[in-house]
Amino acid sequence: MKLSRRTFLKLSTALAASTAFATRVAAAPPAEPVTPALIEAAKKEGKLAYYTAMDLPIAEKFAKAFEAKYQGIAVRVERSGAERVFQRIAQEQGSNINAVDVVNTADGAHIIVWKRNGWLQPYVPEDVAQYFPEQYRDPDGVSALTRVWLSSLGYNTNLVKAEDAPKSFADLLDPKWMGKMVKAHPGYSGTIMTATFQIARDLGWEYLEKLSRQRVMQVQSSTDPPKKLALGERAVMADGNDYNLILLKERGDPVEVVYPTEGTPFVSGPTAIFKSAPNPNAARLFQSFLHSREGQQLLVDFARQHSVHTQVTEKPGALKLTDIKLMKDDPVGVEAQAEEIKARYAKIFKV
Amino acid sequence: MTVTAVAPARRARLDLSWPVLIGFALILCALIVLPMSWLVYFSVTDKGHFTLANFVKLATDPTFIDPLVTTVILATSSAVICCAVAAPMGWLIARTDMPLRRTIRALVTASFVTPPFLGAIAWELLAAPNSGLLNQAWRALLRDPQAEPLFDIYTLPGLIFVVSCYTFPYVFVLVANALDRIPGDLEDASSILGGRTWTTARRVTIPLALPALLAGALVAFLQAMTLFGSPAILAIPAGFHTMTTKIWSLFQYPPKLELAAAASLPLLVLTVLLLRAEHMILGRRSYALVGGRQSDPRLVRLGAWKWAALGFAFLVLLNPVFLPYGALLNAAFSRVATQIVSFGNFTLRNIEFVFFELSATKLAVRNTLILGVSSATVGTLIAVVISYVTARKAIAGWRALAFLATAPIAVPGIVLGVGLFLSYTRPPFVLYGTLWILLVAFVTIALPAAYQQLQAAFRSVSVDLEEASRILGATRLQALAHITAPLLRTSVIATWCFIFVGVIRELSAAIILFTSETKVISVLIFDLNESGDLGAIAVLGLIMLVITFAVVIAINRIPGFGAIRLRNA
Repeated sequence: MKLSRRTFLKLSTALAASTAFATRVAAAPPAEPVTPALIEAAKKEGKLAYYTAMDLPIAEKFAKAFEAKYQGIAVRVERSGAERVFQRIAQEQGSNINAVDVVNTADGAHIIVWKRNGWLQPYVPEDVAQYFPEQYRDPDGVSALTRVWLSSLGYNTNLVKAEDAPKSFADLLDPKWMGKMVKAHPGYSGTIMTATFQIARDLGWEYLEKLSRQRVMQVQSSTDPPKKLALGERAVMADGNDYNLILLKERGDPVEVVYPTEGTPFVSGPTAIFKSAPNPNAARLFQSFLHSREGQQLLVDFARQHSVHTQVTEKPGALKLTDIKLMKDDPVGVEAQAEEIKARYAKIFKV
Repeated sequence: MTVTAVAPARRARLDLSWPVLIGFALILCALIVLPMSWLVYFSVTDKGHFTLANFVKLATDPTFIDPLVTTVILATSSAVICCAVAAPMGWLIARTDMPLRRTIRALVTASFVTPPFLGAIAWELLAAPNSGLLNQAWRALLRDPQAEPLFDIYTLPGLIFVVSCYTFPYVFVLVANALDRIPGDLEDASSILGGRTWTTARRVTIPLALPALLAGALVAFLQAMTLFGSPAILAIPAGFHTMTTKIWSLFQYPPKLELAAAASLPLLVLTVLLLRAEHMILGRRSYALVGGRQSDPRLVRLGAWKWAALGFAFLVLLNPVFLPYGALLNAAFSRVATQIVSFGNFTLRNIEFVFFELSATKLAVRNTLILGVSSATVGTLIAVVISYVTARKAIAGWRALAFLATAPIAVPGIVLGVGLFLSYTRPPFVLYGTLWILLVAFVTIALPAAYQQLQAAFRSVSVDLEEASRILGATRLQALAHITAPLLRTSVIATWCFIFVGVIRELSAAIILFTSETKVISVLIFDLNESGDLGAIAVLGLIMLVITFAVVIAINRIPGFGAIRLRNA
């Protein structure tokens, strides 16, 4: 989805806190175009490990598109929930295992931690410098905002009539949804970590405590609740992500997205290159591809997420972010509270 | 044989025995003593300082007490269910004239080969309260789409059921083998003395089989207690933890390794205690029933009951084999995992995805095969040497080797995983991130069973046979080559296959020890389950089963190896 200048103004309030560190004196390296020399060097490396929290079939689609464009470079997608990706990288880096090249997370707070640890390699693809509004770039050039999506509600249209469907978070506390909901877990999913932070901040932990008494089915990744809805395993999704629901709906599955009236948690997924990347050139090439107009258009058209690339054209009829009431993104806040959120959540939901 | 011929031979044996002893003792220490030492060390420290705070937290925090209680309930119930089902099944197959006995035995083997986590996912497809195939069928039968589900797999009873499905083969094999080994003469003697069928069963057969049943109950308890995959798949959606999933969750960032080590110790202590209890109950009752001569067991004639018996056996096997395999096969080819395949929703999309798009497939399959073959080979080698040494008391200090080889049985997979993680992520041995650490884990896990199996095999070849050949002029090596080895070949192959199968289905240690480049199929399936990609899981699960069966069958086809069954597994 392309974002107009007006949209930026609205979105920038949503992203206010993440821009807090943008006011420092920028130390980003100059933007780099994709040169034949880079392609050559990347092909010499021949492979790339891409850690991501994006839904697996979609992440593999990006990998295949990249492989088709730059033949001879095999992308290995390492997908799990962002919090597990975070744990994996911490374990690997802690043992000096240099496996990760590029990582796309679903929890902006991770970038803060990795950057603080000095693990990230600054690199600014040309498109990011040219077409990404300043507030979506890291001032030191260690990451770029690859994708934006929402942690919406949803329901199965075979099991719930549109007029009975929940419209808000408050509706989910209705006893009629007892035992009928599914939600993902902030200990595994970055989307849900972000969403839980925003919900707890805006609605209070009491809301989550009440929700926990509704006998909610607890899955791990935010990509799973949409699939459980599509199977008809549960009628309503208390959190998850909207893009999987949109994709399932487009495929003809009986699901519908609901953006709650209190505001929908707003999730941003930045991408960064690791300093210890075993394939640094392939990593740069992939980072450039991911944020190129082509890659971002793929994100909008195929992955049904939102792009901040100004040249990207939106799908006709798609709902704009500006039409949705959003909760405020705050990676700094998430970073500060992540551990407490996990502990408190585990206490309330027992897992 | 002259005196001069004996003297050098004896010296050669002495020379060889010390390096063997020391070498294998060192290997076993690396496998078991080092990880357990780190585990204990970590459990009583906090950032290097001595403390008991970890245990205090463990004993007072309900988030640790609840999982422990749940685990005990789970393990006890599973053990009881397994015995209640496996004992009659074992008896029917070993001691009656029920038809299709061989087939049923093979099918139990199939349920043993099935990884428990795959079984758990298959049972999600079958008995998830709303989308499960069985519940859909139930609602269709009632013609009431709103009817309460018949089954809800996301509950403690659901978990107990699934765990029992994949634990009962252990009990079955123990009971059936014990019944196999009871020589017919004892029963014949009983009937000659006037005992009727049931008297004989009550006074002879059952008492002889009871130790095996007890041992089976214990094995089932231990298996259920230490299982990771099934609880992770079924308990977390239901909103509760078992000890293994709790330990795993402690690895979440920031990892609480000290607490994980402390939480592992109750499992370790419980296992050791249970094994001691078993030893006390069964300890001295080892009886060599297999000698040079043996009569076949007498089969009880069931008459018309044999069809009822067969029905019972198939009803039991429905749960671990037919239904889950059917559900996986269906999910692999259905557009929606829990819809029965039809013209409308038939798809090859999942196959295409796993083979051509999923970039982790190749790596995981390769790692799994490498680890399966190397662990099986290394494990069998170690087990053969140690069991020969201990069965024939060939070198001094054999008791120490025997103890070290059996010790890992007391270490649950996930506990070993934590221990190995603590040992091999820091100098002097940094193995984390390589396949070596997984090899170490898999060999360690497999060693006790492999050792016991081969040791029993060595023992069952009574020394008289070897001695007879030596009296006739053969050397020790000739006796080994011509008498012992041919007799043991079947056991060695069985052991190899047993380890291979065990490695393929291993998840609890692998989930702690894998890195992105050392992923195995079981971990890949577990990751796919996290994001709910059921179609891909079904395909990968079927690949896994095909690989397992193909390798086991291929090994058995190697010329000269002859047919073997996994019955000693």
